[in-house]
Amino acid sequence: MADDKKTLFIEGKEVEFTDEPNLLEVIRKAGMNVPTFCYRPDLTSFGACRMCVVEVEYPNGRKMINSSCTMPPEAGIKVHLNTEATRRIRKTVLELLLANHDRKCLTCEKSGSCDLQKYAEEYGITNIRFPDKALESYLPVDDSSPSIVRDPNKCILCGACVRACTEFQGHSVLGFTNRGSKTLVQPMNGRPLAEVDCVNCGQCAAVCPTGALTIKNDTDKVWSEITNPNKTVVVQMAPATRVALGEMFGLEPGENTIRLMNAALRRLGFNYVFDTNFSADLTIVEEATEFLGRLQKGENLPLFTSCCPAWIRYLETQHPDMLHHLSSCKSPMSMLSPVLVDLVPKYFNVDRDNLVVVAVMPCTAKKYECKRPELGRDGRPDTDYVITTQELGKMIRTAGIDFKALEPEDNDSPFGEYTGAGTIFGASGGVAEAAVRTAYEFATGEDLNPVDIKEMRGTSNRSKTVELDIKGTKVVVRVVSTLKEAEKAIQEIKSGKANFHMLEVMACPGGCINGGGQPRSCDDSTIKGRRAEGLYKEDRELPLRKSHKNPSIQKLYNEFLEKPNSHKAHEMLHTVYEDRFSGSYKDV
Amino acid sequence: MTAENLHKIDTSKLDEIIAQFGGKKSNLIAILQKVQEVYRYLPEDAMIYIGTKMEGLSPATVFGVATFYAQFSLEPKGKFEIKVCDGTACHVRGSMPVLTAIKARLDLTDGKSTTNDGLFSLETVSCLGACGLAPVVMINDKVYPQMTSDAIKIVLDTLLKEEA
Repeated sequence: MADDKKTLFIEGKEVEFTDEPNLLEVIRKAGMNVPTFCYRPDLTSFGACRMCVVEVEYPNGRKMINSSCTMPPEAGIKVHLNTEATRRIRKTVLELLLANHDRKCLTCEKSGSCDLQKYAEEYGITNIRFPDKALESYLPVDDSSPSIVRDPNKCILCGACVRACTEFQGHSVLGFTNRGSKTLVQPMNGRPLAEVDCVNCGQCAAVCPTGALTIKNDTDKVWSEITNPNKTVVVQMAPATRVALGEMFGLEPGENTIRLMNAALRRLGFNYVFDTNFSADLTIVEEATEFLGRLQKGENLPLFTSCCPAWIRYLETQHPDMLHHLSSCKSPMSMLSPVLVDLVPKYFNVDRDNLVVVAVMPCTAKKYECKRPELGRDGRPDTDYVITTQELGKMIRTAGIDFKALEPEDNDSPFGEYTGAGTIFGASGGVAEAAVRTAYEFATGEDLNPVDIKEMRGTSNRSKTVELDIKGTKVVVRVVSTLKEAEKAIQEIKSGKANFHMLEVMACPGGCINGGGQPRSCDDSTIKGRRAEGLYKEDRELPLRKSHKNPSIQKLYNEFLEKPNSHKAHEMLHTVYEDRFSGSYKDV
Repeated sequence: MTAENLHKIDTSKLDEIIAQFGGKKSNLIAILQKVQEVYRYLPEDAMIYIGTKMEGLSPATVFGVATFYAQFSLEPKGKFEIKVCDGTACHVRGSMPVLTAIKARLDLTDGKSTTNDGLFSLETVSCLGACGLAPVVMINDKVYPQMTSDAIKIVLDTLLKEEA
């Protein structure tokens, strides 16, 4: 088949290509690169920024300049990445973007990780021939959302956020407004993000090349708590954070850094380090019980998983008529916090008033979740602050901690122990797999063997249907990531075509491992798969792989919660949902 | 028509328009044109409703289309929409004095584009494609050729008298 090989030349080097969607991917595969603002491999090519222009020489001698992100690879062409012409074009693009840009870089949230700043440095932009942006043309910053800050003065109109909102979540909260030099990216008619039906997933910020969309930074609040000697600050971290945090310190995606994280969190000043994996196990025991109950009664099926706050908000704002399908279980984060609030004072002799609960999450929507009044008690939230993986990485840098050189440490007991089922919660399919492992044993009283349900896994296929046989009972599970896929599942239910009994939804593509608060992953589609593999590896290596086998969970039920779905468990671990369409801006 | 019921949208009317175009998002521009015909502008609530109701669209997307095209107005237009052509031919043959005369007659000062009584709205357009008749003014669907500041005053006076 050697004759079928297609090749082209990049900077004189012969490179083979197969089904790459565009020339830029071929360039990257060959170990080279060109700058880009708007190209994101998981989104459609847009060709907006013109930074990835290359010079293409055809076999017939014709030469042209083309953007490599929109050009399909062709056999026999010679591609030049770095010529006088491409350099000049890129420099002009940068100059024009900077002429219209808020250049207060030093105090920008994105400073140090901004593509515009990086390329301006790489291309030696020391002088901009155009006048500074006029003061009166500055637009107000929108910090109404608990999760995302939108600064239109730093937007370069690359459209990545608009595509992420549309192609991942399917309902385009952000859109282009106006035309030409007046173009803006904003929610409907410039409304604040908090007033539209933004689900706070943060995928817009994750793909934004500049400081136009950033994660709301809550690190200062956390610093002031952990440096206050009167406060006891406890922390929990989500499954997905452990396989991504290391990337901020030069480790590979998927490398499990949980024991380094434990050490880093203690060095930062947290008093007790627990683990959301523990309450992921707790969620499963509750949710599997709830699922079996519904299955027996045949009511409110399919059951929707309820761990993802973006998904919850989506359903509340778009399909309030479907809320009865949602599991009443709180998310693992919001299950652990009330347990900590009630039991840490008891176990560790701490005063409730001085107890602060912090959660480290891969997720920007968790910042919104922790503020939901029904997830707090006595007028105080159970989770006081949520910081993202990125923010934790920044705090570790601020503290001057050499992350890789830390001596690994264990979590604190008893709310730090977990099974493999808890850890796979961070990847799409993980919640359903963990639930089935426990539900099978609850229903049949027998050991599930093998434990793995590999058909549910994988980060590139965003919708999977898996049929299971629980001792003669057929159970169909649908696993989706992105709300666009969730919407398709909802439409199937509404049209009566749905055959599944459980629907697992994670709003971010590939699940929480690719959450809006994770370290940057928008340049490389393979990162999410490697992070997910990191979780499945930990699952394989743990001695216990089923949530209900977690001895600390069993102890919690014996001493405190009585049994799964008990009255006490309902009070503490379950919640209610609200129709958020009525009265919203869309309710006209 | 009072200002209040001008802003209130009738969703059944919008449903009718959407259905008329098969609810297809590729027909969005035609749908918005029809809505603008009914309300004489695009009320915000109508755009939100269309963006919510129609598959594959969102309010922000509809707003994006509405603000992209100059033909759509987000402000209420007058019962009589005056378009003064300011293309090259009309401009050199004196469209600006005509525009000034209209503004003076209708008391449209300080960048106001619609009269207080909602009767007239005024805009300039780039070319109406009738350069041989320059300078041209269009009021709703009627073309007024070879206008002068005196002629347009007579036209406006006639319309005002009819409406009185």
